[in-house]
Amino acid sequence: MQTPALPVPESRPLVPPSLRGVAPVVVALPVLALFQWLLGGADFASYLLSVMGVNIILAVSLNVVNGMTGQFSIGHAGFMAVGAYISGVLSLQLKEVALSFLPVAASDQVLFMLSLLVGGAAAAACGFLVGLPSLRLRGDYLAIVTLGFGEIIRVVVQNTDSFGRALGLSGIPQASSPAMVYFWVFLVVLAARRLAGSSHGRSLWAIREDEVAAEAMGVDTTGYKVRAFVFSSFFAGIAGGLFAHFVPIINPGSFTFVRSMEIVVMVVLGGLGSTTGAIVAAIFLTLLPEGMRSLFSALGTEGSLAQRVDQIRMPIYGVLLVVLMLARPQGLFGSKELWDVLPRWLPRKRRGLA
Amino acid sequence: MAQLLQHLINGLASGTIYALVALGYTMVYGVLKLINFAHGDVMMVGVYMGYATAFALGREARASLLGVAVVFAVAMLGCALFGFLIERFAYRPLREKPRLTALITAIGISFALSYGFQLDIGFLPGASPRAFPEIITPTEWLIIGDRDVVVWNWQVISLLIAVGLMVGLQYLVFGTRFGRAMRAVSWDHRVAALMGIPTDRVIALTFMLSSALAAGAGLLYAIKDTSVSPLMGLYVGLKAFVAAVIGGIGHVPGAVVGALVLGLVEEFVVGYAASTWRDAVAFGFLILVLLVKPGGLFGRVAAEKV
Repeated sequence: MQTPALPVPESRPLVPPSLRGVAPVVVALPVLALFQWLLGGADFASYLLSVMGVNIILAVSLNVVNGMTGQFSIGHAGFMAVGAYISGVLSLQLKEVALSFLPVAASDQVLFMLSLLVGGAAAAACGFLVGLPSLRLRGDYLAIVTLGFGEIIRVVVQNTDSFGRALGLSGIPQASSPAMVYFWVFLVVLAARRLAGSSHGRSLWAIREDEVAAEAMGVDTTGYKVRAFVFSSFFAGIAGGLFAHFVPIINPGSFTFVRSMEIVVMVVLGGLGSTTGAIVAAIFLTLLPEGMRSLFSALGTEGSLAQRVDQIRMPIYGVLLVVLMLARPQGLFGSKELWDVLPRWLPRKRRGLA
Repeated sequence: MAQLLQHLINGLASGTIYALVALGYTMVYGVLKLINFAHGDVMMVGVYMGYATAFALGREARASLLGVAVVFAVAMLGCALFGFLIERFAYRPLREKPRLTALITAIGISFALSYGFQLDIGFLPGASPRAFPEIITPTEWLIIGDRDVVVWNWQVISLLIAVGLMVGLQYLVFGTRFGRAMRAVSWDHRVAALMGIPTDRVIALTFMLSSALAAGAGLLYAIKDTSVSPLMGLYVGLKAFVAAVIGGIGHVPGAVVGALVLGLVEEFVVGYAASTWRDAVAFGFLILVLLVKPGGLFGRVAAEKV
């Protein structure tokens, strides 16, 4: 399609157009390095930040399928499990290997990156396998098939010796760091935002609004749905891989239906289709249990209440979903982004394509 | 051969229980086009109602025929009321909204129930499973050969109850005015409303009926398993749901066939392969069926009209 020629601004752009895609990454790396250095050895803080980052990656990637494309996947934890186990097993195998031409720390990070990518690719392949047949079906069937897929993954892990069966996999090198996690957070947000404004993204929005109309306008609905699915499961696999490299042990209990639902709640709460909404919801829902825990223990009333926060969280999520659907079915932000809902006196992003 | 027969009997027995739950999914889907994800958890609530009633009756009274009838009646009526409340306050306000909204609500209710019941605050029972009182004492009903094949009395009783409820349901849907109204709403609820059918009342009654069936099935399941736990609804519900989809969701006899097939498949996997693979096989079978026949065994994939 030919777009009419736009008036070209006279001033030279700051970054040459060919490098514009790389520029944010180049800017982000030193910031993340500084951030890692500032954090130093604060164990709990870096653990919490890593969990938060993993949740952001999961929520933002699920938002591409559930929000932008209007499908409903409730098996995101399954893809996360694939990434976690594949990259975990690979890292265990590569534990003794060191690349001789690099210093030890650098070589570890290179190998870690490699196993992350393999885990992500395996998850993406699973996303393709699950997506291809089920996306021909209507939305609610997809929900069941993704749910079934998650359960199948869990059972397969429980029955495979090299995945540690129900006991789990321990001794995976703790190669992850908040900087690494937030590097991937950064990548997924960048990718999701650029996708939202691209011609691919417009096809996804069209499918969400009306699948029949989109098909009539020549959008290859199945193709785009599968692509959205592969995109989302790749990043879920990466999130799983990151997770596996900073927790002491991974077992099938970390990747149940409950985990998937947590991610769905994040996406729905933030607003179906809003990337920044998903980020805000992921941060909020990661910090909320911690906040409640410290509040209860600070109050000193009933020490058991502080320990029960995790238990109480689940029914609250359920009620939250119901109340949200009744009161504000589009979620807090709808499909708007953070800068669209900021108060008027704050700097806003110009309207238009992202 | 005897082993095969035994597995066949066990498979059919668990299949009939799935069938009763699956009928609930299929009826609600028929009238509302909604996957009622909370159905299994409504069933769980019903089982706890039966549990409380059985305890209130005491040891002697609950083992008598009348006692068993009271337990079933309280659980089924209580559950019908519960289903009515859920429909009235959670689903009805969303009826004209996109279908995904109602699906998310249903998942929310399911979550709130199955995890809410795991708390031990107030009257809530807590997470650990409890022994279900023996309202029907398990005895061998029929023994063939040298204990080669054993048929238990609860298997016969649940088969009879299940078949009775199914025949009743078939009559209700195809032989009564209410059934005709239900089928009309299922066809097109707007047109049905124009023809003077009280759609709200029909939908509410369908919900009550499916919840009552679920409570009955849940009690049979609890008698078989001799335990109740807050998570039983999630698992039995998922299996029954898989059965309904295999049979073609919205199709009443299809749900029964799907449930029997699923019960048999699971039983044979447990019997001849490994019991740990049972859950994966159910879902694998589902994906396989959907691949070959996207609408399930008996369902039709209707072209979407614009």
